[in-house]
Amino acid sequence: MSIVDKIFKFNGGIKTDTRKTVSTSHPIKKISMPKKLILPLRQHVGRVAKLKVNLGEKVLKGQLIAEADGNVSAAIHAPTSGIIVSVEKQSIPHPSGLPDYCVTLIPDGKDTWIKKDLVNWKKIGREETIKKIYSSGIVGLGGATFPSHLKLHNNNNEIKTLVVNAAECEPYITCDDMLMREKSVDLIEGIRLVLHLLGAENAIIGIEDNKPEAIEKLTVLVKKDEHISIKVVPTIYPSGDAKRLIYLLTGTQIAKGKRSAEYGIQMFNVATIVALYNFINLGEPSISRIITITGNVTTPNNYEVLFGTPLSELIVDAGGAVKKSSSFIMGGPMMGFKLPSVNVPVTKAMNCVINAEPEMVENNSPVLPCIRCARCADACPVTLQPQELFWFSQSNQFEKAENYNLFDCIECGCCSFVCPSNIPLVQYYRYAKSEIIGERYAKEEADIARERNDFRLHRLQREKEERARKVAERKANTSSDEKSKVIDEKRKAITEALERVKNEEVSEK
Amino acid sequence: MINQQSPFIQKSSSVTSIMLLVILALIPGLVFYVHYFGVGVLLNLVAASITAILAEYLVLKIRKLPPKVYLSDGSALVAAWLLALSIPSIAPWWIIVVGTLFTIVIAKHFYGGLGSNIFNPAMIGYAVLLISFPALMTKWPSPIENSLSLESIGQAFQIFFYGLEVVGDGLTSATPLDYVKTELLQGQILPDISIASISTSTNLTSTQIVSLAYLLGGVGLLYKKIISWHLPVTYLLSLAFISGFFHFVDPDNFSSVTFHLLNGGTILCAFFILTDPVSGPTTPKGKLWFAFMVAILVYVIRVFGGYPEGIAFAVIFMNICVPLIDNLTQPKVFGHD
Amino acid sequence: MLTSVLIVLFLALIIGSILGFSSIKFKVEGDPIIDKIDSILPQTQCGQCSYPGCKPYATAIAKGEADINQCPPGGDDGVRRLAELLGVEYKPLNEEHGTTKPKSIAVIDESTCIGCTLCIQACPVDAILGAAKHMHTIIEKECTGCELCLPPCPVDCIDMVALQENTENWKWKYPVFSIKNQKQRVSP
Repeated sequence: MSIVDKIFKFNGGIKTDTRKTVSTSHPIKKISMPKKLILPLRQHVGRVAKLKVNLGEKVLKGQLIAEADGNVSAAIHAPTSGIIVSVEKQSIPHPSGLPDYCVTLIPDGKDTWIKKDLVNWKKIGREETIKKIYSSGIVGLGGATFPSHLKLHNNNNEIKTLVVNAAECEPYITCDDMLMREKSVDLIEGIRLVLHLLGAENAIIGIEDNKPEAIEKLTVLVKKDEHISIKVVPTIYPSGDAKRLIYLLTGTQIAKGKRSAEYGIQMFNVATIVALYNFINLGEPSISRIITITGNVTTPNNYEVLFGTPLSELIVDAGGAVKKSSSFIMGGPMMGFKLPSVNVPVTKAMNCVINAEPEMVENNSPVLPCIRCARCADACPVTLQPQELFWFSQSNQFEKAENYNLFDCIECGCCSFVCPSNIPLVQYYRYAKSEIIGERYAKEEADIARERNDFRLHRLQREKEERARKVAERKANTSSDEKSKVIDEKRKAITEALERVKNEEVSEK
Repeated sequence: MINQQSPFIQKSSSVTSIMLLVILALIPGLVFYVHYFGVGVLLNLVAASITAILAEYLVLKIRKLPPKVYLSDGSALVAAWLLALSIPSIAPWWIIVVGTLFTIVIAKHFYGGLGSNIFNPAMIGYAVLLISFPALMTKWPSPIENSLSLESIGQAFQIFFYGLEVVGDGLTSATPLDYVKTELLQGQILPDISIASISTSTNLTSTQIVSLAYLLGGVGLLYKKIISWHLPVTYLLSLAFISGFFHFVDPDNFSSVTFHLLNGGTILCAFFILTDPVSGPTTPKGKLWFAFMVAILVYVIRVFGGYPEGIAFAVIFMNICVPLIDNLTQPKVFGHD
Repeated sequence: MLTSVLIVLFLALIIGSILGFSSIKFKVEGDPIIDKIDSILPQTQCGQCSYPGCKPYATAIAKGEADINQCPPGGDDGVRRLAELLGVEYKPLNEEHGTTKPKSIAVIDESTCIGCTLCIQACPVDAILGAAKHMHTIIEKECTGCELCLPPCPVDCIDMVALQENTENWKWKYPVFSIKNQKQRVSP
């Protein structure tokens, strides 16, 4: 895998007003300890974490609250010392607005750390280190929350390049930018560490050109390092999408369903790398992250916040809403979703919360029919045909939609953005994908039910046959000779028994 | 009402703005047309616009759709304007009204309304008129000296309301395409045919200047990114290629490249008719094939076919092939082989 | 005249023998149409179609004895798919056989259960765990919601509980917006 100096260009993408300068004028802030911390048990891709603490238990900062369940899962640790007061369904940041199980922790104010175990990875080797990272709760902090330990395997030495995702392409979000400005040393050390853990040869930092301060800081640090290079990509949304960024930097196109590791590339977000560095070098599990609070608030800013902090406290600290507005968007404006309310906790996936300005959520233009202008196809970074996908999703022709590569869609929102008819295209694709997956699941269940039913019928049939066979055997085995012999023997036994009784009666008399 | 789903960003483009820009781009050609051929075309435009809006309003009401929303998108207006600019400007009023009714009601709404019509509505209207009223549709105006004088305007009104017989025959002449075709069929060869008309210092005929004005509008559309380059450029290049080829082989019987490109409705077709998004292909490669085939068909009909101008039939024929073209020219998806 | 007759006869012989040969060599075991119909049916095995299970109903449809609109758990969608597969007209669900209900799971009230095993024998997919004089319980994942266990229970301890929507099984909904007003609402 050679690194070429060229920056490639993917089809489509859009350029918008990035609105990032509002939240980068102040350094990263920390708020005072919140009154309670709410930790959902599902903050990652994969199986829900298994609860390990009991109600009323006192925990220390960094103590394991729930352990990872299986390989594709992540642990959850206490962000501060305190007492566990409840495990119940509470409001979580999810597009459905449905609640899910959360652990509530009341801080005791002392913030006492559990004994921190530094990981001497040089001594214990790669496999053991990855096992420790498995229990560190570190997941991808770019928003995808994929357990990071799964991405550190490199048994066949196929991964040669580490791509560091510093692009942060969505408007409004600036948490990675501020992280790079303030923790650039940690980041570069973290990159070196991950390079060693992976056993990869080179690292490329892919960063958008709207972050000049971060680029400057990082360039100074990697000047002498021949293994790390920085590549500046033009600010086009969605260049921060994993596969798009890999294509921009290396020219490799990775198909849906294939992992980048198969092509010799592994990608990590900058925040994840810093988290890995903190865990290995300081022994600190994943208990906090940087989040951007922006939009309609008085002082948009970035915060370093513990997981479980109620969002309302952050909004209050950012000065509250300027105009009367009660909608909060988690993520960026292109791919984010509306939060059910402000009373949700900060989770590992929450990289930005936008207090929606009225023009963001009010859409007064009517939705017209599709005029097949194909601007969406021109804007699609995956070179799909969104107008065809829309036609099929709208009319519930899911098979045809799948044939037109519906599942390659990354739901970036470029198509909806350029549509002159104002059609909410991404909602149709999300609906169609949900339905197709639901149908697949229902079909699997139906197949299992059919098998069980078939087996039950077969079992009943088998029992019936066995019974009939036994009866037939009994009948067949006793022939007439044997029958009369059996009858004679029985008669003899009866007569003998009668005589015995008579003799007993006589002897009694 | 609240928009509850992503993307939460305001957009700038809308169907209305696209249609308005298309109408704006027609203005330069319209100005020169009026200058050379009189105000008859303006009367046609007004009649077409009124008919289109009324017809669309009535049909929307029958279909129980909100008229305000669907009228304001401007697509009916664009179709009506294109039709009005395609037919002779000395046609009486009922020609344009019938044509517009066919365009809006049958070619657009009977097939499903905005976004669902298979054929280019303006071309359907033109084809219906051409086949139903061949005599009237082949009487084209000759260039007028003072097109904006009261006398000319008065004449235009008279022709519009009462038909050509009122004014006499001196105002019509064959279009260059028609004239050349008839002469060729009668055995003349090209160097002997002369096209007499008002020419300017650059030696171009009036229709050619009007075409160049349309070209200006078309380039403006390209610049504003309303249309993409695939359709107009491929169409003009293909037409130039095939006409140049035949002209090279037999210059006496086949007209030159500039003749074909600048006469008839070629430029209007390239930038305004071919680029109708609803009835045309959506993939870039599909657009190239579509434009190429339309150019070939236009040339064949013009030279070997029965009509002097073949754009309407060529476009309608290729509209039928669009779903197949779309299906066969799907671009390669990112990451797939 | 004679030559043409001979040619046609000859062609007929050739084509006939090819057809005969193919019908023997490429004969398909069983009737695949029954399997195709069965793969569309939801496998609830409830018997609401008045046949003892989905496979018998599929067989009946293939034979032409049953209509395609007798399966409530399959819903409207199932009828349409059957109509498309068999090339017949779509018909709305026959109300006589029941209405489509949201997916429910049977739950045994353990305090009332007497361990009689009657429900175990009734379940068409063996989703009930238990033995004589021992507690019975329904394996949630295997229950198809056919309700065949409700009638045999002598103490009426089985209830049907509709499946709740939670974060695991939540699906995005079809975008709905009104076209009458200028201001639009797009609801999830």
